[in-house]
Amino acid sequence: MTKHVGVIPELDGRGLKEADMGMITLARQKDTHLFALVLDGSDETLKEKLSSYGVSTLVDIRLAGDLQHNPEVRAKAVIGAVKKFGISAVFGLSTARGKDLLPRIAALLESPLVMDCFNVDLEANIAETSRYSGKTLAKIKVTGPVPIFGIRPNAKEPVREPVSAKIIQFDAGAIASTQLRVVKTGETGKGSKISLAEAEIIISGGRGMKNGENFTQLFQCAEKLNAAVGASRVAVDSGWVPYALQVGQTGEKVSPKVYIACGISGSIQHFAGMKTSGMVIAINLDTAAPIMSNCDYYAVADALEVVPELTKLLEKSACVT
Amino acid sequence: MKLFVCVKHVPDSAAHIAIIDHIRIDENISFLLNPYDEHALTEAVRIREMNPGSEVIAVCLGKADAEKTLRSAMAMGADRGILIKTDKRHDSIETALALKTAIEQDGSPALIFTGKESIDDQGMQTLFRLGALFDFPAATNVVRLDIVSGKAVTDTEFSGGVVSTYEMSLPCVIGAGKRLNTPKYPTVRDVMRSRKSPIQAFEFSDLNMETPKARMEVIELIPYIQKRQPKEITGSPSEIAQKIVEILKNEAKVL
Ligand SMILES: Cc1cc2nc3c(=O)[nH]c(=O)nc-3n(C[C@H](O)[C@H](O)[C@H](O)COP(=O)(O)OP(=O)(O)OC[C@H]3O[C@@H](n4cnc5c(N)ncnc54)[C@H](O)[C@@H]3O)c2cc1C
Repeated sequence: MTKHVGVIPELDGRGLKEADMGMITLARQKDTHLFALVLDGSDETLKEKLSSYGVSTLVDIRLAGDLQHNPEVRAKAVIGAVKKFGISAVFGLSTARGKDLLPRIAALLESPLVMDCFNVDLEANIAETSRYSGKTLAKIKVTGPVPIFGIRPNAKEPVREPVSAKIIQFDAGAIASTQLRVVKTGETGKGSKISLAEAEIIISGGRGMKNGENFTQLFQCAEKLNAAVGASRVAVDSGWVPYALQVGQTGEKVSPKVYIACGISGSIQHFAGMKTSGMVIAINLDTAAPIMSNCDYYAVADALEVVPELTKLLEKSACVT
Repeated sequence: MKLFVCVKHVPDSAAHIAIIDHIRIDENISFLLNPYDEHALTEAVRIREMNPGSEVIAVCLGKADAEKTLRSAMAMGADRGILIKTDKRHDSIETALALKTAIEQDGSPALIFTGKESIDDQGMQTLFRLGALFDFPAATNVVRLDIVSGKAVTDTEFSGGVVSTYEMSLPCVIGAGKRLNTPKYPTVRDVMRSRKSPIQAFEFSDLNMETPKARMEVIELIPYIQKRQPKEITGSPSEIAQKIVEILKNEAKVL
């Protein structure tokens, strides 16, 4: 029997994100009909894009304008669509926004939920995630109505599979959220422009960067690489960069394609946040630092000398192409 | 005002995790108060200081040894503790139900605090399940809390430095984020005092709860093995940079 599976893409200003496509690829399994539950407005361009990854139905969920950003209202609207379209499993992203949405849906539906999944088997209802600060992988069997899966960004390489798709408008109806009201949303101006959790490349600095000013080197290099800047807890606790940049057990969990660690020793707690990275490159003065024996490439060198060189080279190659 | 703080007894993040029978861990390691819960406690204590006559109650579902975590919570300022004893590992659904039942037996909460997640299971959902069970609003990764004219005003931090300000009716559930405050580590006097603070302990089964229909069950634990084979990049800083660019282009294919 065909399973109706809902996917909740997290749109940014430019539309569908790379992480969404990976999440949708993971949701597309044997005998599934994919419904994209879109909360932030749909158009033909989005439909084209979603359908090229196997989404057959785009559910354009309409919410009253001033409630569009209210996470409680969004959760209830998704639940409305789940019921209306007979959806039996929901996939979303385990991003900061996802962490504020998916658990709300699960709590209201009394559904099982696994966040930060790398893999999901819909037939067996088993999700794979990490436990104990990333020291173990865990297979979790979920039982109960409408299981929900929060997928770790970049856990799955997007694979296209074009299908034909239609858009259905869905009016979520009057959802009054009296208990929670969004007063405002704004930028604190801190942090890099590219979200850490979703960046393809992360260049991170630790104690070895020595001060906040030297982090400018990393920001400049990141701009040329189209990377996000991360940091160890020491760099955050020393006040060099805001907490939002911290990678690790008590920071962001990331899986970029490439993680470049500059002046980071590679503590257990730091690894807890980045060990699922595709490739790890370490630049460290100390051959004995734990990260040097647990990476793909290492250079025994001063990060403060290598990073500016890297930026210079990338500037040059940008001019050539 | 009763301010409840849900605390969890978790393996020390630095501890070596050994897996037994592919399904559980060797618990013969040091356990401590979940780091995010320290922020939850610190905030509850702050709110108590502004509201004379209030009480901070730490609630924990865990094995008998979790009494240590409750003592730490009391050393950090909780007035008393409630320990729901169990030898099982419960999922977030059952945990939230147990915490709710125990809190309700104790009285009406004015606010409930938790950490935004626990560092062992990383479920990120118990606070929302508690909220739904009580029909209280909830917010996660809270980095600021103010109580203003009978409402909770909170900032929730998202990635990229984006912050949303929510206003919630009371009672509500606050999932503490790391930037909420700076926990003060207890002094010897705090620790001494906490030894005398009361803990009410009872068995999980005493709660007489129905087993929830939905379940999340760990069926296998697998050690995370790193397969990385480090290769050295040598040369002057500019040669190293050159080689890194080549690796990014040709091998990682990200440039
Ligand atoms: C409960 C708990 C939670 C934690 N959570 C986190 C977390 O989320 N994230 C996190 O990162 N940490 C976390 N920590 C802290 C962690 O244990 C380490 O202290 C921290 O990661 C170390 O940061 P570091 O690598 O920058 O510093 P260090 O360990 O001091 O390493 C600095 C490295 O830089 C090298 N170096 C120095 N100068 C240079 C230079 N010029 N060029 C190149 N290399 C240089 C040194 O050789 C050294 O290897 C946590 C700790 C605890 C107890």
